[in-house]
Amino acid sequence: MSHHIVEVKNLNHTYPDGTVALRDVSFRIVHGESVAIIGANGAGKSTLLQHLNGYLAPTGGEVRIGDFPLTKATLPEIRRAVGMVFQDPDDQLFMPTVHDDVAFGPLNLGLPEQEVERRVREALDQVGAAHLADKPPYHLSGGEKKRVAIATVLSMSPTILVMDEPTSGLDPYARRRLMSLLRDFHHTKIFTSHDLDMVMDLCDRTIVLHQGEVRADGPTMEIFRDEDLLVGCRLEKPLSMQGCPLCGRVKSEVDGRR
Amino acid sequence: MSNIDKSFRDFRLLDRLAFGETAVHRLDPRAKVLVTLLYIVTVVSFGKYDLSALFPYFIFPAVMISVGGLPAGFVIRKVLLLAPFVLMIGIFNPVFDREVLVRLGPVGISGGWISCASIVVRTMLTLGAALILVGVTGFPAICGALERMGMPRVLAVQLLFLYRYIFVLTEEGARASRARELRAFGKGLGMKTFASLVGHLLLRTWQRAERIHMAMLARGFVGEFHARREFRFGARELLFLFGWSALFISLRFWNLSRMLGDALTGIVS
Amino acid sequence: MADALLSPAVGGVMWAVSAGAIAYSAVKVRSELDEKKVPLMGVLGAFLFAAQMINFTIPATGSSGHIGGGLLLAILLGPHAAFLTIASVLVVQALFFADGGLLALGCNIFNMGFITAFIVYPLVYKTILGRNPNQGRMALATMAAAIVGLQLGPLGVVLETYFSGISELPFTTFLLLMQPIHLAIGIVEGFITVAVVSFVYQSRPEILQVALEARPIGVHPVRNVLLAFLAATVLVGGIVSWYASENPDGLEWAIARVTGKEELTEPSRGIYGVLASIQQKTAFLPDYSFRKAPEPAVTSEGGDLAEASGKAGTSVSGIVGALMTLVLALVIGLVLRRRNQAV
Repeated sequence: MSHHIVEVKNLNHTYPDGTVALRDVSFRIVHGESVAIIGANGAGKSTLLQHLNGYLAPTGGEVRIGDFPLTKATLPEIRRAVGMVFQDPDDQLFMPTVHDDVAFGPLNLGLPEQEVERRVREALDQVGAAHLADKPPYHLSGGEKKRVAIATVLSMSPTILVMDEPTSGLDPYARRRLMSLLRDFHHTKIFTSHDLDMVMDLCDRTIVLHQGEVRADGPTMEIFRDEDLLVGCRLEKPLSMQGCPLCGRVKSEVDGRR
Repeated sequence: MSNIDKSFRDFRLLDRLAFGETAVHRLDPRAKVLVTLLYIVTVVSFGKYDLSALFPYFIFPAVMISVGGLPAGFVIRKVLLLAPFVLMIGIFNPVFDREVLVRLGPVGISGGWISCASIVVRTMLTLGAALILVGVTGFPAICGALERMGMPRVLAVQLLFLYRYIFVLTEEGARASRARELRAFGKGLGMKTFASLVGHLLLRTWQRAERIHMAMLARGFVGEFHARREFRFGARELLFLFGWSALFISLRFWNLSRMLGDALTGIVS
Repeated sequence: MADALLSPAVGGVMWAVSAGAIAYSAVKVRSELDEKKVPLMGVLGAFLFAAQMINFTIPATGSSGHIGGGLLLAILLGPHAAFLTIASVLVVQALFFADGGLLALGCNIFNMGFITAFIVYPLVYKTILGRNPNQGRMALATMAAAIVGLQLGPLGVVLETYFSGISELPFTTFLLLMQPIHLAIGIVEGFITVAVVSFVYQSRPEILQVALEARPIGVHPVRNVLLAFLAATVLVGGIVSWYASENPDGLEWAIARVTGKEELTEPSRGIYGVLASIQQKTAFLPDYSFRKAPEPAVTSEGGDLAEASGKAGTSVSGIVGALMTLVLALVIGLVLRRRNQAV
């Protein structure tokens, strides 16, 4: 598949009870980009994500994934191309074993059994969870669950990876491990996160949402230097960009390698 | 709530036991389910006053517990905590049935006591069999076996979802319950508070169901669940099935206890 | 209901009915085309499981109770989905908590699932709810349904126990024990269900849309199910009749106790009239009927009657033998375990 573009044009979404969740949101993400969508709670991040794979239909505006506009007919192909990983892995791992969960997607695509097995093995290898294949999800640790949740999506060979709060709830070791895993993916990546240090590490571009509107859209470092913008959107600078608690000096260089 | 945690701890243990690797564990679940069902039906088919004939049936749980590597104490404990309901009903038997059936020397034992004892033994055997089945097979495998033996797929899928999310929901329920307890200062959980606690839990569960559905759709779900991998029903399973069946049916018609007892007392007297 | 109080005939019949109802409900749920239902059913089942583990104190008594939840599920999910969900919770409880047993599971699914979803919900709840539901009517309907359901369920238990002939408890005594207690339980269940439903209604009324829509469940589905029930009964009754050879005796025996007569003069006693007559005609196995005789009765019909009389007679050897087999079983178990560990 050549360039898969995620294009959102004047997207509006109003909930049945009247709350306006998204106001005139527009952006364009090209193949291979790594984009973070940040914002306060309730800013509309999750709602936006739910539009990207067609779970929600816009009340105004349009969403295009690759060459396809989002319509009922194109939904299956879009859901294959856009791999969505939710915040709570327990919502995503609903089959009796890890293997069954990772096989769920390919089976729904109608692939033959041998191909399904191959994809399951590959996906689990990619996230380093091959040894967990026969375990039930409730026997896994938080970090393992997150990695397996990613595998359940990878087995469908998506071109775009969308993740809602990938590092939330993880201990430092699991978080580091996940970050190096994500860094190696060549998909187009879209994350929402409160973990601004991770965003700084992994994403070249950041979109800031506030009360359903796009307040800023540009290179990550630029946005993180704009303190007024961040505070205005109920955010703040990543911890590694803030002053040292002891001496107050600011680290002027980005610590990208671990 | 120490009660929730305790009863749930047993649940988790039983779940873990199913992941054992013994010869019994590796058998096709269909064989184990069928044998267990036949066992229960045979035990239950005995007459009201059959007591000694039931004892040889202990051989099945004994063998399964040993070969399956199950903790004997655990199984015995769970079974001995006999359904209080059964015992409450059974204890009426001696009350209503006083006619003496057996004389042990000068002591007469009424039919009521014999049938009560029979009820106790039956309970141990049947409930033990059910626990052992789960311990050596595991719930998902049992569902798979039942599905292949005719249970509708909708029910099988739903059972598997239920089982998978029991762990999550009991955790949520326990957390909510503990949180309330910490603010209760000794007062019990009243009905109104319970309704609100459970109501919250229900709403969160409903939202979770919606998110799960979302996740299913995101991975291409269109309404069909696909069959799980096949187990193999081979020579070992046939041997298991026919061996135990033959034993259960023979023991049904020939009272091994009496035969042994007759032999022994015959030698002695 | 428990395995130990059950006879294979009664257990078999109840299983047949429950299995039929399960198959029917499965078809219905699939054809409803609401695929959201399956994860919803599973997760709500897990919810019910968890909720049943939380005890509350009943006012004015101080004793603790817990929610049954069958009616709640019927209100939230509709009868067919609720039936399957209740059945699955019962399956897990039977396997993991030794709650009654696997044969009695058929009875339990009927008493708690079928009665709630297919009798009480359409005939009591929906009827009272009527065509113009409001919160008041819903509360009334819920209370009534809870109370009726918790009278019919235990009635089922009493009947099943009675027809199995293992327990000596006379029918009327058992009934007098069960029904008053369950009246109180029904009232509590009604209150709790109303409270939870109101809570849901206040936060997310759309969940209850289905319930409030008051789509009348036509007489059709219930009638069809009852017909299937009848068919299953006759079929299984015929097949299982040879196995049931003991029960008519147990039943006559109970009758004799309660009424002082040897047998009922009315020919038909429902299932058992049929079974008894079939048994008489087929007489496949040597007669197992255990008649409590004051002195050992000796006949030549086969070794088994001799066994029966032996039971009534000396049976010291029976007891000795029983203990021996127990020891034997233990020894075999220990030997196998040691062999396992050695390997």
